[in-house]
This record gives sequence, structure tokens and C-alpha cells, in this order.
Amino acid sequence: MLKRRLWVFIALFALVLAACGGDEGGGGGDGGDGGEAVTVGVSWNNYNEERWAKWDEPAIKEALDAAGAEYISSDAGSSAEQQLTDVENLIAQGADALIILAQDGTAILPAVESALEQGIPVIAYDRLIEDPGALYITFDNVEVGRLQAAAVFEQVPEGNYVFIKGNAADANADFVHSGQLEVLQGALDSGAVVNVGESYTDNWDPAVAQTNMEQFLTENNNDVQAVVSSNDGMAGGVVAALEAQGLAGEVAVSGQDGDLAALNRVALGSQTVSVWKDARELGKAAGEAAALLAQGTPLEEIPGTVIFDSPGGNQMTSILLTPIAVTADNLDIVVDAGWISVDELCLGVDPGSVAVCP
Amino acid sequence: MTETEVSATERAQEAPEREQPEARSFRATLRSAEIDARLAGMVIALAVIWVGFHFMSGGTFLTPRNLWNLSVQTATVAIMATGMVLIIVSRNIDLSVGSMMAAIGMVMGLLQTDWLPSLIGFGHPATWIIAVAAGVACGALIGGFQGIIVAYVGVPSFIVTLGGLLVWRGIAWALASGQTIAPMDPNFRLLGGGAEGTIGGTWSWIVGIFACIGIIVLQVTKRRQRRRYGLRLRPLWAVVTIGAFGCAAVLAAIGFLNRYYLPPAIAERRGAAPGANIPLGLAIPVLIALGVAVVMTFIATRRRFGRYVYAIGGNPEAAELAGIKTKRTVAKTFALMGALVGLAGAVQIARLNASVSSLGTGMELSVIAAAVIGGTSFSGGLGTIAGAVLGALVMQSLQSGMVLMGVEAPIQDIVVGVVLVLAVTVDAFYRRRAD
Repeated sequence: MLKRRLWVFIALFALVLAACGGDEGGGGGDGGDGGEAVTVGVSWNNYNEERWAKWDEPAIKEALDAAGAEYISSDAGSSAEQQLTDVENLIAQGADALIILAQDGTAILPAVESALEQGIPVIAYDRLIEDPGALYITFDNVEVGRLQAAAVFEQVPEGNYVFIKGNAADANADFVHSGQLEVLQGALDSGAVVNVGESYTDNWDPAVAQTNMEQFLTENNNDVQAVVSSNDGMAGGVVAALEAQGLAGEVAVSGQDGDLAALNRVALGSQTVSVWKDARELGKAAGEAAALLAQGTPLEEIPGTVIFDSPGGNQMTSILLTPIAVTADNLDIVVDAGWISVDELCLGVDPGSVAVCP
Repeated sequence: MTETEVSATERAQEAPEREQPEARSFRATLRSAEIDARLAGMVIALAVIWVGFHFMSGGTFLTPRNLWNLSVQTATVAIMATGMVLIIVSRNIDLSVGSMMAAIGMVMGLLQTDWLPSLIGFGHPATWIIAVAAGVACGALIGGFQGIIVAYVGVPSFIVTLGGLLVWRGIAWALASGQTIAPMDPNFRLLGGGAEGTIGGTWSWIVGIFACIGIIVLQVTKRRQRRRYGLRLRPLWAVVTIGAFGCAAVLAAIGFLNRYYLPPAIAERRGAAPGANIPLGLAIPVLIALGVAVVMTFIATRRRFGRYVYAIGGNPEAAELAGIKTKRTVAKTFALMGALVGLAGAVQIARLNASVSSLGTGMELSVIAAAVIGGTSFSGGLGTIAGAVLGALVMQSLQSGMVLMGVEAPIQDIVVGVVLVLAVTVDAFYRRRAD
């Protein structure tokens, strides 16, 4: 009786799923077999995120192939504990170097320390791992902020600015904001630029950013000329708030990530800039560095490294890649890279208003 | 609902009155006038918060524009809070509403941008109807499914909906691989308010006048009905005062909000004379929220289903023994909640003009807090729809007001948390004294 009921529920559940659309899964990873060549193990925190499979992994593989290194991987499925086990497994499978995309930069430390003790170099990929023995490869988040502020400042050299910052608990939110201030501090001091509203945004939530922007517009009676938003999702909320006041397109708005919707807004003119971090560059840099490290090159001798003072007080040997500011003038970059199709980019754009839209 | 049921409820409400006829305090006067002291207290608390923020923000809070904003910002949570009241009243909880909203929002977003355009073309006038209907149906289905597990299988609702919180968020992500779906259909966007999604000054007055007539008619029929059944009548002064006060409040609110004019940039684009003041009027999401509140109040107090929910919450065993189909009723409350989540999701993505997989993160807590601040009791059987809507307004007032004052997000959370606990503490204290 109970069993039959259970089946009814399973069927119902499947029905609900089907009614509300299917879902796509991804995952996997190939095993390696060692051999003469060096082997690089990659520990993904969550391979189900589209980005890793589509952009990062192929780039890493390509770089490793070019260097004659073997690729093995594991997926922790968003579990910090699982990732500890994964790292041990990769070492057991014969990895000579590790690339770790950490689920949790602190929780992963025991595994990193144990790998380093065994003489296996570790690359902290995209997310910081607070261990000075690891090589940190990421996009320069401070530079992201600089590029955002510079693009907005170029369009609005003087006026009232609103700052929509990221999640208060996320160190990246402060890195980005510090970059924005570097560019704008002079103008803020001279009074050319006035900070008329500034707020962190819980979970980088676009809806929260929209509400905050509405309040800032109310407070200043719409006397706002520029909005420095730290990412594209929040920029979407900001633009929705501006649209309600008929100001979209007149107020400069920044963002980052190269979200498809944001690039569309750049083409439409309602967003000024989206700072784009090409994941393939990141994968390529990590693959090349990993191959060198696996072959025994010391950390200091990896080309292109700088010392990065981490928030945890460590001096990290780092490769900080430069992101690209995508504006209406250079939208062809994202199209040429295959990041976005012309159709998606130009949805609703008047033909000929920007160069890429025919 | 039969006539005997009406009189039974009315008598039940009067029972405590007869037990203590000697009490002649202010509270007793309030009670004889049948003014809900808790609601009245909340209105006063809200007034204090508003006036306080008005002075602390340097005079920007009590402006037509800010209150108009506030009304739109409150709508989503208010819509869901009305459903949450029934869930909590029946001694259950729904933690999945925020995630469910993301998943349903994603379905509605994809319908408009991907699925429907290929079938009926982009910008088809029926797009928004299909999208909203699909959202509400999807919500009822998901909610009903969770409700069936809670009611028939007997898994605690906390667990079922905690699972839902994870599952639906994951599905929201999987539906579009975490991408942002934008832009929404132009007609659909009207649901979110904004400069276009309002009904204008004249229609706002018409709505206000109808609401006014509604209040008066309600008072008169209530009185007539009681006289017919020989029940104790509410003092005439109370009826007149409530009618007049309610009417005046509605018209004053409309008059005040109508002083928020179309932003000059948009007015010019529409070809209005420079300097012309065109009132925006009530926003469509606010009308939706008000409509939902009225319908839900009717369901909760005047329909058999609603009365059953309160009976189950008051005493599940007694309700079962009295022949109420408790399982079916509980499952229905979850389905109803789901449908409301679908509606609220439509408003939210229309307002944002995008569907994101992080939509409604943490919103389950705002919704539950709104219901609880509004006087809904976790021990079941107690709670009003109007209270929950007011609770949502209190929560949003606090948040919007603090943004106006430039309070940082973490400090905002602290204040909201303290107010939540304080409100429930005061309520518990008051209740204990009333017993």
C-alpha cells in the first residue's frame, strides 16, 4: 500500500518536473592513466555550472595538450568536504600538479597543505586559497573596478554618482569597489564627482539593487548622472529603476561579467560598460603554469607572476589577468570570441546604431 | 457558506465579550466597537515608523513618490504573505516560496523569450496571459505536490519545503544554466508597475470611490444581517466612525499618491506640455496585491475552506473528529500558496524586466516575517490577511527607510531582525494578558 503510494508520488513529481520544463545536466571528467608525461589534476567545485565545461576546461586541456601533459579531473558537486576527498584521489591517481577551483577557500586548506608537503604544486584557480605555497591565478578584481569607473567617468566627468556595491560578505565586492575609488578619488576630492548614494547589495541580488536604486533616485529627485554598479545582474536592476523614470540611456551604468542580457543593454545604450573576463584566458594561463609546475619549475620562475597581498595577510605569488572593458565601441570582441551571437546581442537594437548590429 | 455557519462564527467572536461585562476600560470600549486592537496597534506602529523616518531622512520619506515606491516594493511580499497566513494558521510552514518563485519565474521568462516567440511570434498580445497562467498553474502544481506529501504522507512541512527550497532553486538554475533571461514581453512588463504599468489619476479615483462604497456597503449589510439573526449590534457610533475613517483613509491615500507625477523625461516623450503634471496613479502590482488581499480575506473568513483551515489550526484532532477533511484542506493551502507564488513571481520578473536564477533569495523569510509581524501565530488558528499585508508594509518601510538614510545592508538586517522578535514578543505579552 505504502509502496504504491510512493510510486504515485514519484510519478507526480516527474509530472511536475515535466510540466515546469526539463533540466539539463552536465558533468563527468575523464580518468587519466599516468605514463611518462606529467599529469595535471583539476578539482572542480561544481562542474554543473555552465561556464567551467564550456569555457574553462577546454582552454585548460588545450594548454596541457600543447605542453604534452595529461588531464584528469574530479567534481565536488558544490561540497567542500567532497573536494577534500577529491584532491586526495587526484594525488592517488598520480597528479604531478593540481588546479583547484575551491568551493571554500579555507576549508580546502588541509588538502592543499598535504599536497604541498608531498611536493605537489597547487594552483588556486579563480578563487583565493589562503596558502602562500599556492599559485593564485585570477582576473584582477581591482582592475575590474578601475575599468568600470574609468568607462563611466569618461562619459560623465562631473555629476552625481551612485555606487551599487556587491555582497558585503564577499571580499571581491570590496576589491572591485577599491578599484572604482582609485579612479574616482581625485574627482571626488575636487568635488567634480559627488557620491550621492552608496550601498552594499545582499547576495548581489538584482531585485535588491533595483529597490536601492529607486530609493537613491527618490532621495536625489532623479538628479543622478552615473551609476557605478559592480556587476551586470545588479546593473539590470539599476537600469529597470532608471527606465521607470525615463532615464535609461541618459545615465551611465557599469557592470561586469559579460552577461548576455548586459551585452544586449550595452548595444541598446542603456548600459555603458560590461567588464568582461574571458574565461579562456584564465584556463590557458592555468594550464600553462600547471604544466611548468608539474615539470618541476619553482613557483618564482613561472612567467608573469606578481606578489599579491591577500586579505588573510599572505603574500601570494599570483598571476592577475587583465579583464576587458566592453563598450558599444568594441562589442565585436565578444561576438568574435563566440561568447554571444549577433542575434542575441542585437535583440531590439535599431539597425546601424552600433557597428556590430547590421 | 450556510446561514447557520455565519451566526456561529459571529457568536464565537462575541463569546469573550459576555464573560467579562464588568470591564469598562478603553480596551473594552475598543472591543465593544469590535476594532481589532492588534491591527490598530500595527497601524499606529507603522505611523510612528513613517514619521520617524520622515524626520531622520530629512523629509524624503513621506513624499508621494516614496510612498508610491513603497507600495510597489511591498506588493510581491504582500501577495505571498496572504497565502503564508493560511499555511501558518494550519500549523505548517512553507520555506520553499523564494526558490519556487525563481523556478516559476524562469519558466515564465523562458516562455516569453524562447518558447512562445517560436510558436506565436515575438510580442504577441496573448503572450503575457499565457505566461501568467502558466506561472500560476505551475505554482499551484508545485505547491499542491508539496502539500500532498505534507498532508497525506505525513512528512513535516518544514522538511518537505526545506527540500523544496533546495530543489526549486536548483531547477531555476538548471532551466537556463544560470543565465539571466531578458527582456520580458512589453505587455507582461505592465504587471511590474514602472511608468507604464499604472492606471492613471482618474482611474485611481474611480477605484478609490468604489473601495469607499464597498466599505460602506459592507458595514450596512453586516449590521442588517446581525439584526436579522437577533445578534448584539455594534454601537452605531462605531459603525459610522469606522465607515467614515476607512473611507477618508482610502481617499486620502489616493489623493496623496496621485500627487506623484510622471517623470518629466517620460512626460515629454509622450508629447505632454512642459510642466504638465500627469499623475501616475496606482501601480498595477499594487492593485493586484490589494485584489489578492480582498479575495484571500473573503476565502479565509467567508468560505468553508477558510474556516476549516482555522479550525484545523485551532485543534487538529477536534477538526478531524468534526468531520473536516483535514488532509485535503492542508494540501489545498499549499496549492493556494503556490499559485500566489506564481502570481508574485510574475510581478517580480516584470518589475525587474529579467528572470534570474537568484530571484527571491531569502524571500521566504520576509514572507514569513510579514505574516508573523501581522499577528499570525505559530501555535496555529490565529492570523489575519490584513495583518500580514500590514506586516509586509512594516518590513518594507523599515528597509526602504534605512536605504534613504544610508544605513548599510548588514545594519539593516540587524534592525529588521530585532524588530521581528520585538513585534512577536509584544504580541505574546499582550496575548497572555488578554487571556
